Amino acid sequence: MTIWVLIGILIKILIVVGVTQGTVAYLILVERKIAAYAQDRIGPNRCGREVGVPFALLQPLADGAKMLLKEDVVPKYVTKPLYILAPWIAIATAMVGFAVVPFGPVGPNELINFQIAPNVDIGILYVMAVGSLAVYGVILAGWASNNKYAFIGGLRSSAQLISYEIPLGLSILGMVMIAGSLDLNRIIAWQDAHGWGIFYQPLAFVLFFTSAFAETNRLPFDLPESEQELVGGFHTEYSAMKFGMFFLGEYLHIITACFVTVALFFGGWDMPGLNVEQTGILWSLLKVGVFAAKVGLAILFIMWIRWTLPRFRYDQLMDLAWKSMIPLALINLVATAGVVQLVRTYWS
Amino acid sequence: MRLDDPKLKKIEPPKLSLADRFYLPQVAAGLKVTGEHILGVIFKDQAFTVQYPEEQHVPSPVYRGVHRLNKDEEGRPKCVACMLCATACPAHCIDIVGATAPESWPDREKYPESFVIDELRCIYCGMCEEACPVEAIELTGLYDLTGLSREEMIFDKTKLLSVFDVTRDAEPMKFTTPPPAGTGPTQALESPVS
Repeated sequence: MTIWVLIGILIKILIVVGVTQGTVAYLILVERKIAAYAQDRIGPNRCGREVGVPFALLQPLADGAKMLLKEDVVPKYVTKPLYILAPWIAIATAMVGFAVVPFGPVGPNELINFQIAPNVDIGILYVMAVGSLAVYGVILAGWASNNKYAFIGGLRSSAQLISYEIPLGLSILGMVMIAGSLDLNRIIAWQDAHGWGIFYQPLAFVLFFTSAFAETNRLPFDLPESEQELVGGFHTEYSAMKFGMFFLGEYLHIITACFVTVALFFGGWDMPGLNVEQTGILWSLLKVGVFAAKVGLAILFIMWIRWTLPRFRYDQLMDLAWKSMIPLALINLVATAGVVQLVRTYWS
Repeated sequence: MRLDDPKLKKIEPPKLSLADRFYLPQVAAGLKVTGEHILGVIFKDQAFTVQYPEEQHVPSPVYRGVHRLNKDEEGRPKCVACMLCATACPAHCIDIVGATAPESWPDREKYPESFVIDELRCIYCGMCEEACPVEAIELTGLYDLTGLSREEMIFDKTKLLSVFDVTRDAEPMKFTTPPPAGTGPTQALESPVS
């Protein structure tokens, strides 16, 4: 019996890894397309035309092949073990986060639990903890490169991530308190019964999403990279697939962040007409589709933001976190706690 | 400059309103701008992109591209090897070897035995074109000038004349009327220019 459970989990891992890596490849194409559209260009549209594939759908394959086939330069002056370890940390931490992300409905009545490790009580805490480990990849890369630009990038990253962890953590606590659980599935189930989280915690949503940008090193908070000032930031000295792994890690991180955002504030698989009682395999697949569509929209929004806002200056970045977002998150937390307590005392 | 100079203009950074300092209204305004561009390209075909090999960009009539050596209606180079273009050239990319014109060309004293332009040195300023008294050298609208070696990019007389053959229909010579008689080397050139 247990062996079948193990095999089932392995199959799930394989599917999740395969699908997410494929998604990342195509997200890069989507990103390039959106970049082009925002700048009144057309973007990649040739790759694959000769063999009849439209919309440059073979472009990700070409990009991936390029990453794999390029010369992997390891400069002489780097601290080699850490230099080689850093991209692996970046990608591993991004992958490990997927263990508790629910891709669809999870529950005792479901035929398939769309989660690699179902019903983990600390769900959201685990995602946060693993997500913040990703900074080690960036810092080690910056430090091991023995390059001042890379080092500044790594330092910025550490300061930035430490600052933005706080509002990120504080802003999810509101939803956790309202739903009464850290388990993402129970948070989604609560939203299914009572309405989406964004209607209860709009401020927390704004804070969470903004911090998520900083966590994933996306513009307008991509100070660790900041091409214009730091060459390439922490990945200045990286080439070929080692660079590709940082890239992959960043996009995986975006996918995780969007899954968590949708699960916390947009009801996960919930839509009007869908509820917890519908358990058949078709209903499950429909819910997975709804969830994926919402996540896709969130990712598109993140890309749209990237081509809209310029990068923050470093002092503005720190001001925003410490002087605005953390106080707001604290106010939101206290107010939510008060309201939740009142409601529990007098209305139930 | 002194700090109390009355001519000194002091510029204050614009005061941000409360809404501006919350960022979000401005973020929304920015999203609207980029959103309009994104949707405009997708639905209204707003993109400026030219699909290059299939669609060719047509440069403006005054575009300064590859040089050509004009021919008169008898097929002879119009150049009279006066060296004015080579003298005017700020990049010194024109190299002319003049020779006495053949007996059968009574309208001129000299003709270019060799006329070489280094297209890699040229800065495409158009001074040669302006200096030329007989409208023999002109810059065409050809912009896709490529080559596999430096030697290949040094254009000799044959090549420059062939550029004229390629472009004569698309771009007729810029000066179709002959310049007034009695001015320097053009004196003898009385036949109408094609």
